[in-house]
Amino acid sequence: MTLTNSLRTQPDERGRFGAYGGRFVAETLMPLILELNEAYEAAKADPAFHEELNGYLRDFVGRPSPLYYAERLTKHLGGAKIYLKREDLNHTGAHKINNCMGQILLAMRMGKKRIIAETGAGQHGVATATVCARFGLPCVVYMGEVDIARQAPNVFRMKLMGAEVRPVVSGSRTLKDALNEAMRDWVANVEDTFYIIGTVAGPHPYPQLVRDFQAVIGEEAKRQCIEKEGRLPDSVIACIGGGSNAMGIFHPFLDDDGVRIIGVEAAGHGIETGQHAASLTAGVPGVLHGNRTYLLQDRDGQITEAHSISAGLDYPGIGPEHAWLKDIGRAEYVSATDKEALDAFQLLSRIEGIIPALEPSHAIAHAVKLAPTLPKDHVMVLCLSGRGDKDVFTVAEALGEKL
Amino acid sequence: MSRLKDRFARCRRVGRAALVTYVMAGDPDRDTSLALMHALVAGGTDVIELGLPFTDPMADGPVIQAAGLRALAAGQTTARTLDLVRDFRRHDQATPVVLMGYYNPIYVYGVERFAADAVAAGVDGCIVVDLPPEVDGELRLPATRAGLELIRLATPTTDSRRLRRVVGDAGGFVYYVSVTGITGAAAADPERLKPALAAIRAATDLPVVVGFGVRSPAQVAGLADIADGVVVGTALIDALAATLDGGRATDRTIPAVKKLVSALSAAAVSPAPPRPGSRSACPASAVP
Repeated sequence: MTLTNSLRTQPDERGRFGAYGGRFVAETLMPLILELNEAYEAAKADPAFHEELNGYLRDFVGRPSPLYYAERLTKHLGGAKIYLKREDLNHTGAHKINNCMGQILLAMRMGKKRIIAETGAGQHGVATATVCARFGLPCVVYMGEVDIARQAPNVFRMKLMGAEVRPVVSGSRTLKDALNEAMRDWVANVEDTFYIIGTVAGPHPYPQLVRDFQAVIGEEAKRQCIEKEGRLPDSVIACIGGGSNAMGIFHPFLDDDGVRIIGVEAAGHGIETGQHAASLTAGVPGVLHGNRTYLLQDRDGQITEAHSISAGLDYPGIGPEHAWLKDIGRAEYVSATDKEALDAFQLLSRIEGIIPALEPSHAIAHAVKLAPTLPKDHVMVLCLSGRGDKDVFTVAEALGEKL
Repeated sequence: MSRLKDRFARCRRVGRAALVTYVMAGDPDRDTSLALMHALVAGGTDVIELGLPFTDPMADGPVIQAAGLRALAAGQTTARTLDLVRDFRRHDQATPVVLMGYYNPIYVYGVERFAADAVAAGVDGCIVVDLPPEVDGELRLPATRAGLELIRLATPTTDSRRLRRVVGDAGGFVYYVSVTGITGAAAADPERLKPALAAIRAATDLPVVVGFGVRSPAQVAGLADIADGVVVGTALIDALAATLDGGRATDRTIPAVKKLVSALSAAAVSPAPPRPGSRSACPASAVP
């Protein structure tokens, strides 16, 4: 990074973003991870791979997604001009499919015959089930029992598309345990199985590979902002669980010094209550799921349970590139509570006719706080990473409504 | 001579494979754990492998996961596990103790401090599942300075090029994970292990120990012919768990584990020293 003066050349060949990232996996997986790395480097250098991927992103996913001027939200807040990057309009309703499409094409190039994935909110599981159905590969999705209960519509979607959803009953029965269980499956089925990780975490090359597949969000947003405003945005905001939509929209802007970059974590019931999922705000560095990063853990190094009303942010870790961006100060990391996210969820629904997922509702909640403090010529791009249909039951329950 | 070297040399002299028994530190509680360690030795254990509990044990099956959670629920920590070994050493200076676990609790404890405290407590070696050779330098160097052997894992997916790297600066012994899978998985066929073990022996003089999927005395007998040591873990924890009452130890807990250890130990006999060029005359296919 010092050689090229760019923040976009990470990670190094060992998969490190500064002190973070790396390959902390069992020896059984190590040869596979190295093989995946080689296959990914080869695919990246192959124009035919990009042509194929771009074709599916256009015709199957529906890209590019619009950059939409949220006129009434902007007026309501009375400050910064807010644009929404409409990842909610992608096929399957979230940004997750960008990455799944890239990874399944890679899996097929590698001759893999079976796909596994973990999922929290179910968006990544749905996206994985979707690409598996599209290409005719068997798919097993690991999902915590707790998440299965709160995301029933997504569980049914996965089943409709022929995926097997395996409930995870170990540990806290949420996303981190689903990841553990997927890793256990992988270690037992190394020959034929490809593990489609849903976020910018895991052993190298996953954080890089997922970021690269999600960077289409930021590349489009940059182009679209220049088309509409004749210049780059002043700020880019996204929610962060593992951090894939955020890394995807942030990465193309990292070298643009004038662009303020803000990640919004889930503060759950409030950072001070200990019931949250804000690993950058309140965690300390450790090693989990193949990489070194900020983690929610106790003084003995035991991983603690995260909490968020949004299942997709309910993860005690964070992608290692975010950990590095925090340490070097290139990105700001803030948080929004369950309640603030719920308010933002309702606000956007009412004022723009867009029901957002609970995950990006955290980013909207921060925009609600920040935008009024900024001048009217401040251009803010917010990643609306998914749509809220999956969350209507959770929100209704939180608001005391019976459906 | 180190306790580990000494123990493997003695096993070879008396014509047996080292029986390595795995239990989780602090499962189901600290006092039972200490008594259990002595019972393992009394039952004929050659090397004790002590699990460091971790909330997210990615290479372990349900049985060892549950053991770790029981230990954590009883308040076990890395510091208490080192205390446990210190207490064990008051009455046993000879039996090697190897810790097995995951990196995060060690990283958070601090690698320098961990290595020093572990050696001071009487720990001989350490196996860290999620530290492959590419990244283990950050623990291996402090461990080596402190005199703690960092034991490396080889697996069926370790090819010949990697194997040289795996055994290159390994300490203690080479732990061969006999199946691609998690602990408690189905067993590997000894016939299929032979080429892999031969490749490891060709690459190193360290003892080679086989683990994962080994449950019964018959399996131990089959492996004793071809390996320098055999690890049994899940079967012992199954035996332990079956005696618990509401998660607590009972009068039956220690005898049940000890009984199984005695049977395993009696089976760990190797007719000929299993070194290169002196392969056992007893064909593995004759093993029940």
